[in-house]
Amino acid sequence: MSGTAIAPRRPGGTSPGLPPWLRSTLRLLVSVSVTLFGLMALTFFIGRMLPLDPVAAILGDNATQEAYEQMQAQLGLDQPIWVQFIRYVGSIVRLDFGTSLTTGKAVADDIARVFPATIELATVGILIGTGLGIPLGVLAAAYRDTLIDYFVRIFGLIGYSTPNFWLGLMGLVLFYATLGWVEGPGRINTAFEWDVEPVTDLLLIDTAMAGQWEIFRDVLGHIILPASILGFGAMAYISRMTRSFMLEQLAQEYVVAARVKGLSWMRTVWGHAFRNVAVQVITVVALAYAFLLEGAVLTETVFAWPGFGRYLTNALLVGDMNVVVACTLLVGLIFVGLNLISDLLYRILDPRTQ
Amino acid sequence: MSGIQTIQETGRQGGSLRKWLSAPVPDSPFQARMQALWLAWLRLRGNPPALAGAVMLVLLILVAIFAPLIATHDIFAQDLMTRLQPPSAQHWLGTDDLGRDVFSRVVYGSRITLYIAFLAALIAGPVGLLVGTTAGYIGGWTDTILMRLVDIFLSFPSLILALAFVAALGPGIENAIIAISLAAWPPIARLARAETLTVRSSDYIAAVRLQGASRLRIIVHHVMPMCIPSVIVRITLNMASIILTAAGLGFLGLGAQPPSPEWGAMLSSGRQFVMNAWWIAAIPGCAIVFTSLAFNLFGDGLRDMLDPRHG
Repeated sequence: MSGTAIAPRRPGGTSPGLPPWLRSTLRLLVSVSVTLFGLMALTFFIGRMLPLDPVAAILGDNATQEAYEQMQAQLGLDQPIWVQFIRYVGSIVRLDFGTSLTTGKAVADDIARVFPATIELATVGILIGTGLGIPLGVLAAAYRDTLIDYFVRIFGLIGYSTPNFWLGLMGLVLFYATLGWVEGPGRINTAFEWDVEPVTDLLLIDTAMAGQWEIFRDVLGHIILPASILGFGAMAYISRMTRSFMLEQLAQEYVVAARVKGLSWMRTVWGHAFRNVAVQVITVVALAYAFLLEGAVLTETVFAWPGFGRYLTNALLVGDMNVVVACTLLVGLIFVGLNLISDLLYRILDPRTQ
Repeated sequence: MSGIQTIQETGRQGGSLRKWLSAPVPDSPFQARMQALWLAWLRLRGNPPALAGAVMLVLLILVAIFAPLIATHDIFAQDLMTRLQPPSAQHWLGTDDLGRDVFSRVVYGSRITLYIAFLAALIAGPVGLLVGTTAGYIGGWTDTILMRLVDIFLSFPSLILALAFVAALGPGIENAIIAISLAAWPPIARLARAETLTVRSSDYIAAVRLQGASRLRIIVHHVMPMCIPSVIVRITLNMASIILTAAGLGFLGLGAQPPSPEWGAMLSSGRQFVMNAWWIAAIPGCAIVFTSLAFNLFGDGLRDMLDPRHG
């Protein structure tokens, strides 16, 4: 059942007493739960699509018929497909994703261990991307068809067209090997690895809280290059969207009114036009954050960053399907979650939607 | 009628092709088509970035077609005596870790990249078109279910989805194409549905329906053609991300496999030597950027030309 299918019936009959905000919340809930169900169904399907027989993979080709059937029953593969699916959903609800073939540990524990590294990288990346992307987008729109505009657009276009893993490699050659401005691959110098007391597992915060400024500088040197490269992609997206939102606003009459009133161009742009697009920009930033996770998969591989992306790619190479399914599901959940958050923010922050 | 005839004839007699192309009322379907092409060319000429993108694409396609003539060396011939050599007169873009000529390999790589991109577009485009128009035209539960499916696919970033599919299908170029297509059709379906909703209640559809045409016939013959232009624009823009995804899969070793001169795979095998021999990784990377930039420029221009709202 989808929200759109229910909506037309509501006003006429069954529950006339529901206030509009509750109705829209209910609709959102239905839509989210359908999407969640779909995410699970799709990942279940991917996990079952394996061309190789999982039973034969465990037992080898010479297994007897009895052993084969026993293993099949043990894995639950002799059950009808919908029973398998219900079991799959049940295990997800219990956060049980099975064990990883590569690390031999529970997938859920592994993910909990590697995820903070990715969060740290993506957060620094989005800070860079937002910090540059919004001003660039606003300026490009405010000075449309001038040199600034062309520069921002070309810069953005290059950001869209460049594979970030290649940029990472080139960045390492230039800034690490040749110029020596940044630290090399990895998250922290191995010499410091055991000196950090893990509190939040975000190394920048942990070292700053403990006052270990030497290690903090090392960690910063490691994170700055991969985060900038991720931030570059986010910047391209954010500046492009900000520019088009701003162009729409700057064509409105209130802009002319503000100018006639004697307000300077920059005051008009930032004080009036930008305020009207701020909420839209926030939703774009939320989406850009989600896309950073995608970019992180390849960037982490290049920088030997011990995060979620590298965990996933290592699993991909050996066909460790428990890990692949769990990671795919997790990314889908984060994507849906961020979409939901940006949707809610939009409703809460933008008075025009009420 | 005869007046138009004379204009056209004088146009031809005077040898003025331009006059024939800009005649106010075309005389034959052929002339109408040529006029449309001429107009498109004029608009393309008025949009320098799009023109640049188009030129880059034509160049790329020519390189792919004439690769055997352009390449200077055998792309599989290994020569360990001349490995890791910097660019020189002998090897224009240097040699890789097995002494193979980087320039020739990049030239041949354009074939693989275009092959992946066009094949993925050829699969994803029609699938998206069919799903979108069906959902939009039939509506009701069909619409709800199909669009939910689209939403679910869109809940994953396309690279992650492609990675998951390739992991399940196994590495290789064909599987990479299937995986990329599986991740690329949903936005097209959504677009085609939106277009369908705008045409489904128009008079000409009602007329066809009254003549007794079946749903399938209406969708295929009367709805789909209306959606094709915007779908083509969308696919052109998507090509850039398809190429980046393909290169990413190749880089991870899940796409085209090593001896193949696929750009992502070349990058991946050159990776361990990149600190001493930058050209091994820099050159294929530049080729990837060139290609996806060409598609982005051309796609942006196409959209500006066909849809002035986003200009």
